[in-house]
Amino acid sequence: MPIKILMPALSPTMEEGTLAKWLVSEGDMINSGDVIAEIETDKATMEVEAVEEGTLAKILIPGNSENVAVNTVIALLLEEGEDKSALDGVDVSAPAQNDTPTPQPSPPKGKKEEGVKSVPHPEPVEGEVPVKSVAEGNRLKVSPLARRLAKEAGLDLSRITGTGPNGRIVKRDVEGVAPQASMAVAPSTPGGYDLIALDGMRKTIAARMTESFRDVPHFPLTIDCRLDALLTARKAINEAAADDGIKISVNDFIIRACALALKKEPAANSSYTPEGLKHWHDADVAVAVAIDGGLITPVVRQAQHKGLAAISTEVKDLAARAKARKLMPEEYQGGTFTVSNMGMMGIKSFASIINQPQGCIMSVGAGEKRPVVNGDELGIAIVMSVTLTCDHRVVDGAIGASFLKYFKQFIENPAMMLL
Amino acid sequence: MMSTQSFDLIIVGAGPGGYVAAIRAAQLGLKTAIVEREHLGGVCLNWGCIPTKALLRSAEVFDLMENAKDFGLSCTKPDFDLEAVVKRSRQIAGQLSGGVKYLLKKNKVTVIDGTARLEKGAKAPKVIVKDKAGKEAAYSAAHVILATGARARTIPAAGLAPEGKFIWTAKEAMTPDIMPKSLLVIGSGAIGIEFASFYNALGADVTVVEMLDRVLPVEDAEISALAQKSFEKSGMKILTSAQVEGVKPGKDTITASIKTKGGKTQNIAAERIILAIGIVGNVENLGLEALGVKTDRTHVVVDEFSRTNVPGLYAIGDLTAPPWLAHKASHEGVICVEKIAGNKPHALDHGNIPGCTYCRPQVASVGLTEAAAKDAGHKVRVGRFPFMGNGKAIALGEPEGLVKTIFDAKTGELLGAHMIGAEVTELIQGYTLGRTLETTEAELMETVFPHPTLSEMMHESVLDAYGKVIHV
Ligand SMILES: Cc1cc2nc3c(=O)[nH]c(=O)nc-3n(C[C@H](O)[C@H](O)[C@H](O)COP(=O)(O)OP(=O)(O)OC[C@H]3O[C@@H](n4cnc5c(N)ncnc54)[C@H](O)[C@@H]3O)c2cc1C
Repeated sequence: MPIKILMPALSPTMEEGTLAKWLVSEGDMINSGDVIAEIETDKATMEVEAVEEGTLAKILIPGNSENVAVNTVIALLLEEGEDKSALDGVDVSAPAQNDTPTPQPSPPKGKKEEGVKSVPHPEPVEGEVPVKSVAEGNRLKVSPLARRLAKEAGLDLSRITGTGPNGRIVKRDVEGVAPQASMAVAPSTPGGYDLIALDGMRKTIAARMTESFRDVPHFPLTIDCRLDALLTARKAINEAAADDGIKISVNDFIIRACALALKKEPAANSSYTPEGLKHWHDADVAVAVAIDGGLITPVVRQAQHKGLAAISTEVKDLAARAKARKLMPEEYQGGTFTVSNMGMMGIKSFASIINQPQGCIMSVGAGEKRPVVNGDELGIAIVMSVTLTCDHRVVDGAIGASFLKYFKQFIENPAMMLL
Repeated sequence: MMSTQSFDLIIVGAGPGGYVAAIRAAQLGLKTAIVEREHLGGVCLNWGCIPTKALLRSAEVFDLMENAKDFGLSCTKPDFDLEAVVKRSRQIAGQLSGGVKYLLKKNKVTVIDGTARLEKGAKAPKVIVKDKAGKEAAYSAAHVILATGARARTIPAAGLAPEGKFIWTAKEAMTPDIMPKSLLVIGSGAIGIEFASFYNALGADVTVVEMLDRVLPVEDAEISALAQKSFEKSGMKILTSAQVEGVKPGKDTITASIKTKGGKTQNIAAERIILAIGIVGNVENLGLEALGVKTDRTHVVVDEFSRTNVPGLYAIGDLTAPPWLAHKASHEGVICVEKIAGNKPHALDHGNIPGCTYCRPQVASVGLTEAAAKDAGHKVRVGRFPFMGNGKAIALGEPEGLVKTIFDAKTGELLGAHMIGAEVTELIQGYTLGRTLETTEAELMETVFPHPTLSEMMHESVLDAYGKVIHV
């Protein structure tokens, strides 16, 4: 019996994905562990390793196929001694789960160049936590009738909010939509334009940001922090540790200060859920990283237990792999708090959109020389404005303010961070 | 001074609207009480759906016995004992009412025996309950649901009201004092036709009078016509576009004068008359006027979540707008309670409430009739499949009937389904589910129906609408 190679699930929630590329051809001998194909989801490109060995007899799903359901038979492998006649009558419908070993995704590799190069988007936000509603696993929940009505009216279903059970798009949702409002572009723009197809990441960003901005009652709190002491400490540490290859950034200090302040004010390290407010035990601090075609938020787990050097090394590694789209889902899902820093781009202050279900996100502006009042004297100090956007359902103003007070104490007295 | 006991929710009336709402409320953690003046289970279990189906089953078995030889069987001189038939029906009603009592107890719903009325209260109206001894007690709750149901409509001015002998409503008709040799049924809606069917099967000489131009007037016209033909074939007389103008009781019979189509008057004498000319909501003596509750004739006006215009007061079931059906009452009750508990229920889609009549042959439908679909501006595709073309129907000895489906020609939406024939009341849920899931003709065609079953006709009817029918 030929061995079936199945479309693997790259994460527990994945229902389908793109079979990007075959790295082997029909007729090739394959050993277990060989990388045979690349699978793409909205977040990453993963390599698929063969579990069994044999001759690749037939590729059933060609490269560059979108929306391939998990467990679809994508190719057939002949065992030693079998010839092609063994393929006759093989049932290629998806077997029940765990029927045949699924190829193992290996750690992801860099995403290959796309046809259209997107401009890096400087939006200061949010990556990926398991998505709960419409776009789960990229599968749109939509009734057959609504799908047909949308097709006839030329509507893009991914832009329609479903009001049926579990967010399913039903007839009434489609009927209410004017075609113009739903379409991405006006039909004739002078000078023309490039239409950049929505990839998985863009769709996820669009869906999650819209949902968060619309559904979360959010408010910003801004506070100024003086950086002079921190910069002095940083210089000293980096000089002292230069030989060990350590170079701490201001952002590393900010991550540590956030983690420590969250332990001082645990109510800010929380999520709203209909069942109740979740107060998280660990400060899992997510860091927004702009990448080609979007952004992603890798997570520094248990940051409260990590020193500056550990945080620095970890963030460098996560950011580099994020830019190459090589992160594993568990590396960018499930943070409890997010830091987004646009200081290096000269932004003075901004308020990010909440990264649901987290209760807060901190937006960090540039540290710059500003006039300050010392007693009754005017002086100069290096000042950085940070803005905390809070989900009012779980973090009230007083909690946010208390967190910021602790944060400012740590930043302005960096020695406290050594404790 | 009355002491006031308080609850999260009090429901007045323990019919299929009230008791189902109470159980759901208890599941959701609400401290719930239900007030009932008569029997748990309401009209449905005690005087409506269930006892009539028990009677009709006896009639059906009797009919089979009479036709035993068609099946190669013999049954010499089939006979019936009306008293025993009625006794069975009452026993079944009693058994199910007992079941409701158990369910309410199991869910820790407080059952209060007595007749309720409302008075102005704090968050919601106060509920005053008078027990059998005439003693009153007051109860308060954050929310009050009225589910007091309805009763048969009568027109005393025209003599069309029970007078103790000749004139029956459904209640008397299901506990008859005699087996009438002749029977006049006024009204050909579901209730009238079911009783006509029952007594006709037992050998009564039955005449049905309908004011509109066809029987079962809410059904698709084609189905009405088939039903009428079938009823007449089984011996019923049917007068449509006819109106009873007056009745005159005699010694053993009562004579109705009936104005018929051409404006002529016809007199028909019968041993009994069954009134099935609609229902009126039980809105009286509840204190609704004093509270300013908005009503439309005898029904309470509510929004899509069963809220009245008075804060904290809700109404469900037969007390509100049609269709007046048990499953509609129960669904409204659940949705109302979910909303009260802070959940996000979807409002009931009235287009997806199936309607069934358990006469012989049975009638069932959901969605728009062909005429209504066209009136609503749809270009339609209509599919039909006759029972004659279905193997199981022939094997059952039930070759009469039709499954009709109506699709929107452009979108493939299943606009309506209409069936007449054996067991169609058990089949209609398939189309209801299809409509609820918003399936189009494509999914219905792809669905595999088991062979041999009556349900295959549902598939064939869809195929027929698209010119792909196999067995015709
Ligand atoms: C003969 C017949 C056959 C029927 N067959 C079917 C059928 O096959 N399928 C179907 O779906 N429907 C059928 N119906 C209709 C169905 O019975 C009703 O739609 C259903 O019972 C409505 O439920 P409800 O809870 O609104 O009210 P009801 O069942 O009428 O219950 C109301 C309850 O409230 C109580 N009550 C009223 N006022 C007060 C008060 N002030 N205080 C305390 N208690 C009070 C009453 O005693 C009653 O128990 C039939 C009806 C009849 C008459």
